[in-house]
Amino acid sequence: MSLDEIKEILINKFGEDILLESEVESTPPMLTVAASRIAEVCMELHTNEHCYFDYLACLTGLDHGPEQAKMEVVYHLYSIPYNFQLALNIVFPRTAEDTELFEVPTVSHIWRTADWHEREAYDLVGIHFSGHPDPRRILLPADWEGHPLQKDYKEQDYYHGIKVIY
Amino acid sequence: MANPIQYQFDEAHLRRSAPNKFSPEDLKVEEMIVNVGPQHPSTHGVLRLEVITDGEIIVDVVPHLGYLHRCFEKHAENLPYNQIIPFVDRMDYLASMNSEHAFAMGVEQMLGIKDQVPPRVEFIRVLVAELNRLASHFVAIGTYAMDIGAYTPFLWLMRDREHIMRLLEWTCGARMLYNYIWVGGLFYDLPVGFEKRCSEFVRYLKPKLAELEKLVMENKIFVERTANVGVLPLDLAINAGISGPMLRGSGLKLDLRKVDAYSVYPELEFDVPVGEGLMGTIGDCWDRTHVRVRECYESLKIIEQCLDRLQSDLARTKEFDPRALVPKKIRPKKQDLYVRAENPRGELGFYFRADGKSDVPFRCKARSSCFVNLSIIGAMAKGCMIADLIAILGSIDIVLGEVDR
Repeated sequence: MSLDEIKEILINKFGEDILLESEVESTPPMLTVAASRIAEVCMELHTNEHCYFDYLACLTGLDHGPEQAKMEVVYHLYSIPYNFQLALNIVFPRTAEDTELFEVPTVSHIWRTADWHEREAYDLVGIHFSGHPDPRRILLPADWEGHPLQKDYKEQDYYHGIKVIY
Repeated sequence: MANPIQYQFDEAHLRRSAPNKFSPEDLKVEEMIVNVGPQHPSTHGVLRLEVITDGEIIVDVVPHLGYLHRCFEKHAENLPYNQIIPFVDRMDYLASMNSEHAFAMGVEQMLGIKDQVPPRVEFIRVLVAELNRLASHFVAIGTYAMDIGAYTPFLWLMRDREHIMRLLEWTCGARMLYNYIWVGGLFYDLPVGFEKRCSEFVRYLKPKLAELEKLVMENKIFVERTANVGVLPLDLAINAGISGPMLRGSGLKLDLRKVDAYSVYPELEFDVPVGEGLMGTIGDCWDRTHVRVRECYESLKIIEQCLDRLQSDLARTKEFDPRALVPKKIRPKKQDLYVRAENPRGELGFYFRADGKSDVPFRCKARSSCFVNLSIIGAMAKGCMIADLIAILGSIDIVLGEVDR
C-alpha cells in the first residue's frame, strides 16, 4: 500500500476537494482533509478493505495561538494487516469570543481509542468534539478554568482558595 | 512578607472537584456506587474508580484520573529537547530507560543523525532498556501476585529487581530516573567491569525465573483467580488501541521491536510470546501475566547477546566517546514526526511538531500506553465480581505517572 493509493481511495469516494494542501513535512506521511468531513473519511479508511486502518494510535490537538486563530487535530492511524502508518490532519478556526464554536466530528464510534483521547484534547487544548458520548474533562479537575495547552493560557489566581502561581 | 497567610479556609472551598459521573438518581433501586481509591493499594497509585454495583456484580466502572497530572506536554513546550529527557523519565518511572530511548530516537530522526549513532551506543541503549524492562515486569508481576493475595513473589521479585537497580545506578548514579540516554549518545560509557557483573546477574537470574514460574504461574490458587477472568477479545483490543503485553495476551503477535525493527533489534534474536489460553480463554488475566513472564526470558536473551557484542567486536576502546555526536544545539527543521517504541507496557509514542525556528518543540504529545490500556477497564469488568475487578486492574499493569503524565 502507498500514500497515492490512499489518496485515490479518498478522491474516488469523496471527490477532489476532500484533500487539502498540506503545509508540513511529516513522518509518517500526512494527509490534510476537510475538517467537517473527518468522521466520514475515517470511517472509509477504517472499513475499506484496501487500506483497513484498524488501529488509532494517537490523537493530538494543537493550538496556534490567538494571532493565527487556528487549531489542528492530528490522527495517527496504523493498519496492522498492511503494516502502514498514516497521519491525518485537520485545520479549523479557533474558537474565540466573536467566532462561532467549531465542533470537530468525533471518531470515537469508529475507534474506542478516540474516546479518552478526545476528552484529553478537550481538556488540555479546548477542542470541542460533536457527538462525543462522554464530553467531560479527564485529567484536570472538573472546575478548572481554561485549557493549559492553548498558547495564550493564563493560570487562574486561586483554586479552592489555594494560590496557583507560587 | 507581603502575604504571610497561604491559605484561608472557606466553606465554598469544599466543593467537589471530581464529581461522580453517576448520581444516585440515575441508578436502579438495587444498584449502588462503590468508590475505590484514590488511596488504595490495589489501584497501584492515585487512581479513583467509581464502581456501580448490583450486589457483588459490577454494572459499570468509571475511572477518574489526573491526581498525578503534571502536564508533561506544557513543560515540553517550554524546554529545549535535551532538557525534556528528565521529564520523560518521570512519566513511566518504572521504565525510564525505555522512554528515554524512544524520545532520543525521535529527536535523532528529526535531526537526521539517526544512522550516525555508533553501534556501541545503540547496543548499550538496548542493554539498559532491556534491563529496565525486566525490572518493570518484576514490579508488574510482583504487585499483581500481591493483589491476588500472594505475598512471597513480591518479595522475591523485589529482591531480584534490586540487582538491576544497582546495576543501573552504577551506570549513571540514579536508581530510577536516569537521564542516561541522551540525544545523539549517552551520558557516560558503561563503567569498567559492568559487562562482567551483568553476565553474573544473568546467570543468577535464570534459575530464579524458573522458580517464579513454578511459584506463581502454575500455582493453583493463582490460576483459579486469573484464568477466564477479564477476557479481552482481540477485536475489541485492536479497536481500543491496546498495545504491549495486553494486546499480545489477546493473541496478536505484534511487537514494535519486530515490526518497526528500530535501533539494533533486527540484529538480535528473540521471540514474541503471545497468549495461547493455556489455562482458560485467550486474553484472560492469566495469559497477560504469562506473556510478561515469557518476555522476561526474551529480555534475558537480548541482554546476553548485547553483552556478547559489547565484549567482542564492540568492546570498549580508549578513543570511544559516547558524547561525540551529542549536538550542542538541537534545532530540527520544520517537520512533524511520530515515533513509537515498544515499552514494557506497550506502545509509547511521541508526536513532535517542530517549527524550524526555535530549540523548543512547538508541540510535543506523549501517547501513553497505559492511559489507553486503562480506558478499556469498563468494558472488561462489566458483569464481573468486585474481587475480579482488582484482578483485572492489576493485570492491565498501569503506572499512574504515565497515565496522568
